[in-house]
Amino acid sequence: MSSVPDDLRYSKEHEWVRADGDVATIGITHFAQEQLGDVVFVELPEKGTAVRQFSSLGVVESVKAASDIYAPVSGEILERNVKVIEKPELVNTEPYGDGWMIKVRLANEGELAQLLSPQDYRSHIGETAGAGGD
Amino acid sequence: MTTLRRQPIPDVGASQTKALEPLLFELARPGRAGRHVRDEGTADIPTQFRRTAPLELPELTEPQVVRHYTHLAQLNYAVDTGMYPLGSCTMKYNPKINDRTASLFADLHPRQSYQTTQGVLALAYELEQMLAKITGMDFVTLQPAAGAQSELTALLMFKAYHAKRGEAAQRRRVIVPDSAHGTNPASAAMCGYQVTTVRSDARGNVDLEALKGTLGPDVAGFMLTNPNTLGLFEERVREVCAAVHDAGGLVYGDGANMNALLGVARPGDLGFDCVHINVHKTFSTPHGAGGPGAGPLCVKALLRPFLPKPWIVREADGTYHYDTAREDRDPEPVGDSIGSIKQRLGNFGVLVRAYTYMKTLGEDGLAETGRDAVLAANYLLALVRDRYDVAYDRTPMHEFVLSAAKQKKQGASALDIAKALLDEGFHSPTVYFPLIVPEALMVEPTETEPKETLDAFAAALVRIADQVARDPAAVRDAPKNTPLRHLDEVGAARRPVLRWQRPT
Repeated sequence: MSSVPDDLRYSKEHEWVRADGDVATIGITHFAQEQLGDVVFVELPEKGTAVRQFSSLGVVESVKAASDIYAPVSGEILERNVKVIEKPELVNTEPYGDGWMIKVRLANEGELAQLLSPQDYRSHIGETAGAGGD
Repeated sequence: MTTLRRQPIPDVGASQTKALEPLLFELARPGRAGRHVRDEGTADIPTQFRRTAPLELPELTEPQVVRHYTHLAQLNYAVDTGMYPLGSCTMKYNPKINDRTASLFADLHPRQSYQTTQGVLALAYELEQMLAKITGMDFVTLQPAAGAQSELTALLMFKAYHAKRGEAAQRRRVIVPDSAHGTNPASAAMCGYQVTTVRSDARGNVDLEALKGTLGPDVAGFMLTNPNTLGLFEERVREVCAAVHDAGGLVYGDGANMNALLGVARPGDLGFDCVHINVHKTFSTPHGAGGPGAGPLCVKALLRPFLPKPWIVREADGTYHYDTAREDRDPEPVGDSIGSIKQRLGNFGVLVRAYTYMKTLGEDGLAETGRDAVLAANYLLALVRDRYDVAYDRTPMHEFVLSAAKQKKQGASALDIAKALLDEGFHSPTVYFPLIVPEALMVEPTETEPKETLDAFAAALVRIADQVARDPAAVRDAPKNTPLRHLDEVGAARRPVLRWQRPT
């Protein structure tokens, strides 16, 4: 698994977005989970909640620290990942897979353009382009 | 020939008891008791209040209970057994005389009348005066039970202050630095404020330009720790406070690191409108384990009207009473006061200990305390700084933050190093805080450690750094000498078991 998959958009706060039509799936990046260490608790908003781009979306707590998760895009929460609430370790083991956090209905697809490309995110975290994985 | 097989000796020695001390519930057997309890009947108790099922308490003899707690105490690491360099916590030694004086007040009732507690009020009044003097503030409330409750008290007072000026609705934001203690934004959120974080600059100070950029007529206040959580004195603290005041906001001082300033600098002179005191840190009252604590709040005169009630009043004839209730009734919300935060004098026993500490040292002694705390930290840093990265290359105050980023690359993290220190006989420093330093090791030796202990601790840190470079796996395998090894802190956090359950 690449640590920065090519098919996603990224925020500077280390969230990723996978857009599929007007539905966006959101999680935190491999880099973020690595910095956090073992994740022990995830708090996510309920279905129907409206979120604004770059505002606080929830909390992820590790053995080291509790950190806010920021919404990389605005929209209405369609679903939160109950599995990741029950098994927070999924954030560590599959940050881009079963460790996803919420799905939102995109309020403004134009916001995606304000996010980082995989290349830009790699340089944001100081990773050499193309050097995927650990 | 008969072979005598030696029976295994029941291992009741240190290793066994250390390895696992059973719970009281596991030691208990029905019918055991420490005292003979007379059955005095339940005739006096109204039927609806009588218990129908027996209370499930463990039943043990007195020596069983004494041994249980003695064993636990033997497993404990405390300031009384060794150095406790837990950064941001000021784990200084607690002089025993504090407990002796506190015990003198043990038989008083918290609701006792002011006529029969003149000495209590005199002590509390004098403590208020001393705290005001050493912080450069005008008035003090002793009520808050801890630093975090003091934050809440202050922010409620900020709210009342802005409301009095007709700006309550407009001022809805509180600003905190990115190096702030987690309680700061939490207290602000509890008061209904929105929290804005302002970044630190390259020298580890609040970024003044970034702060000015976010200040405005919607800001209620700014919360600042000085020295900050990086152990660094805020170099532009006067300008920071002035900028907040220019925007109509108030400045809260988180007094967690007051130990560094004792008798040398006063938050009131630096521009703060109020500051709390963690007496368990600065003035050597017992620490941790949930309290009781105390967090007096010291304020400038402009905030006085909003202070919690009741206030202690000293009459010209040297007698004392509460301002709101000469008859010792509970105070009604009076005037602009936010009301009562914790009854009357808060956790008085803790305050007596702080009073004792201050009186024992005197003004000169307290100033020496602050200077020695800074000296100890700088001495220690000088001994270890060539082995670890230093987060900000400045002269620290009473604590400093190392980064184990280099060691992490070599194969052992800050957490591994912290655990390796346990094998060396030391409590670990604070790790992974402040959040803005990767692999942070935050070290605060305090003024109470002799030079030999500082040397030994530095030598341990250096040995561990050398071992990380040579054999990181060995460091990852630490601790080897503790009663229990490799505790599953992740499992404990993910699946906490908080109550004993009777085995089925």
